[in-house]
Amino acid sequence: MNPCKPLMMALAGLLAAPPLQAQIRVDITGGISAPMPIAIPAMPTPAAANTAAGNTAALGRQVADVITNDLKNSGLFAPLGPGAVRPVSFKEVTSPDLGYWKGTGAQALIQGFVQANGDGTLTVGCYLYDIYSAPSASEMTRQGYVVSPRDWRRAAHKCADTVYTRLTGEGPYFDSRVVYVSETGPKNNRTKRLAIMDQDGANHRFITNGQNIVLTPRYSPNGEKIVYMTFAAKQPRVYIYDVGTGSQRLIVQQANMTFSPRFSPDGRYIVFSIAVNGNTDIYRVSAGGGAPQRLTTSPGIDTAASYSPDGSKIVFESDRSGVQQIYVMNADGSNQQRISFGSGRYATPVWSPRGDLIAFTKIGGGFSIGIMTPGGGGEKILTGGWQDEGPSWSPNGRVIMFFRTGQGSGKADLWSVDLTGVNERPVPTPLDGSDPSWGPLLP
Amino acid sequence: MKNMTTKLLLAASLIAVAGCAKKKPAELPPPPAQSEMPAAPESTGPVSSAPVPGSRADFLAQVGSDTVLFDTDGYNLDSEDTATLTKQAAWLKSHPNVAVTIEGHCDERGTREYNLALGDRRANSVKNFLVTNGVAASQLSTISYGKERPVATGSDEASWAQNRRAVTVVPN
Repeated sequence: MNPCKPLMMALAGLLAAPPLQAQIRVDITGGISAPMPIAIPAMPTPAAANTAAGNTAALGRQVADVITNDLKNSGLFAPLGPGAVRPVSFKEVTSPDLGYWKGTGAQALIQGFVQANGDGTLTVGCYLYDIYSAPSASEMTRQGYVVSPRDWRRAAHKCADTVYTRLTGEGPYFDSRVVYVSETGPKNNRTKRLAIMDQDGANHRFITNGQNIVLTPRYSPNGEKIVYMTFAAKQPRVYIYDVGTGSQRLIVQQANMTFSPRFSPDGRYIVFSIAVNGNTDIYRVSAGGGAPQRLTTSPGIDTAASYSPDGSKIVFESDRSGVQQIYVMNADGSNQQRISFGSGRYATPVWSPRGDLIAFTKIGGGFSIGIMTPGGGGEKILTGGWQDEGPSWSPNGRVIMFFRTGQGSGKADLWSVDLTGVNERPVPTPLDGSDPSWGPLLP
Repeated sequence: MKNMTTKLLLAASLIAVAGCAKKKPAELPPPPAQSEMPAAPESTGPVSSAPVPGSRADFLAQVGSDTVLFDTDGYNLDSEDTATLTKQAAWLKSHPNVAVTIEGHCDERGTREYNLALGDRRANSVKNFLVTNGVAASQLSTISYGKERPVATGSDEASWAQNRRAVTVVPN
């Protein structure tokens, strides 16, 4: 994979900011209101040209399909994609045919174009219109993205992010990736491999070969590294994988098992657990290695640590009270306070990137994904399967990905759910999947 | 030729062990259905010669079981466990050059990371008992597989009971 090339740039000069006026907005407070109908016709090309990703005429349809899928999966839109509305001509892109669009039932319209540039790059234009603003359709935003042909899907995700952000007020999340554990094989001998994919399942690739059990991969804040646990050489330890180079290195030289790693928000530290003679505590170590600093000392199992987005606090689970419960402490280990007091057990807490919520696994009867505030209030259970566990937040703190294991089969799959508890849907993976970690928004 | 004979005898005794694997071993806790736990070999027959001393087959033949089972979320050893482990300790003390690995395992009804820690607790529970009973710590290493390697594949209490285990693995 190509590390850190300037993949795209907004054409700020060419595309001026639209005027602000009273405009439509998607209600994001709950799952009761109907999703907004939005039309996304296939994008025309000013001149059909062959590129490394195919002809620009065909790409225009594919870009619109990716945008359609993103918006549909958010649960907040009811897209009329290229299969449901007529294609548009290049000159219509900046002057939409309102008569036609009003007849489709859509409230908003995304038009755009795909153009091959002389230097081998593509430009994808992206325009959002409010169909019902009087007296004429108003342009709500426009963006242009210059990408190498192999990154055409990223341009589509960027367009979908722009529209989503403009209409919901939420931060973007479609142009992001997920690392997870791909699983296959019999229940008593599952093969587990690390795999990376776009958040919509595209561009899937395996990054370990399945020789060793691998668990709990987590992206670094800039997406360039993945920290995870592997049973390589029958020594279960935390390793760091460099996405650009494919190299891996042991993070802490330890006689005991190291596991449950996660980066700090600034990427400088890794918080993780060490099990010493049956007692598990939480430690922190520089991402470059060195001597770990012990943060918890209670007899019992302290694990599953996750930083607050400002880095000042750590949420974790501990069974020091007898069963697993959620605690918050300062990043130096001081002031450890229990925050979960409901019935049942609470595990795998993960702090939202917005800072306002903590997602967790609730154990009581079944296994469910829930959320609560960092103070322990507002507990809400979002899902209920035979066994749902391991939540991970989207970069905008709006969607939670988790894995669901089937009763009997032991087969696990990735799912996502909106933080309001609606729009639960499977995330496509070629094999089974567990332990998703949603990476950051790509630059 | 002598070598060949030994191998044949070993193979025969392994078959004998496998053949009675579903039999309820007297000294084990209540029988999980379809137990895959190794059991003591049947008493003497034409192929009853002893396994190679210090081998896994020898361990299983003399100790009776390489496995102890735990309660949900538990890591304490009950009297049946300590009876098994006392025999394991005796065998290990009489074979001080054999290094073994104690594997800790959990049932599927726990979160992944907690189960890694719980498996470590179980493996160390066994290790500590063996050391207390005279086995050299240098003979023993531990590893936790959490819930990643069940022996029983059902999603029911009987399967979970079998999977909450610590296994003393003698090299083959």
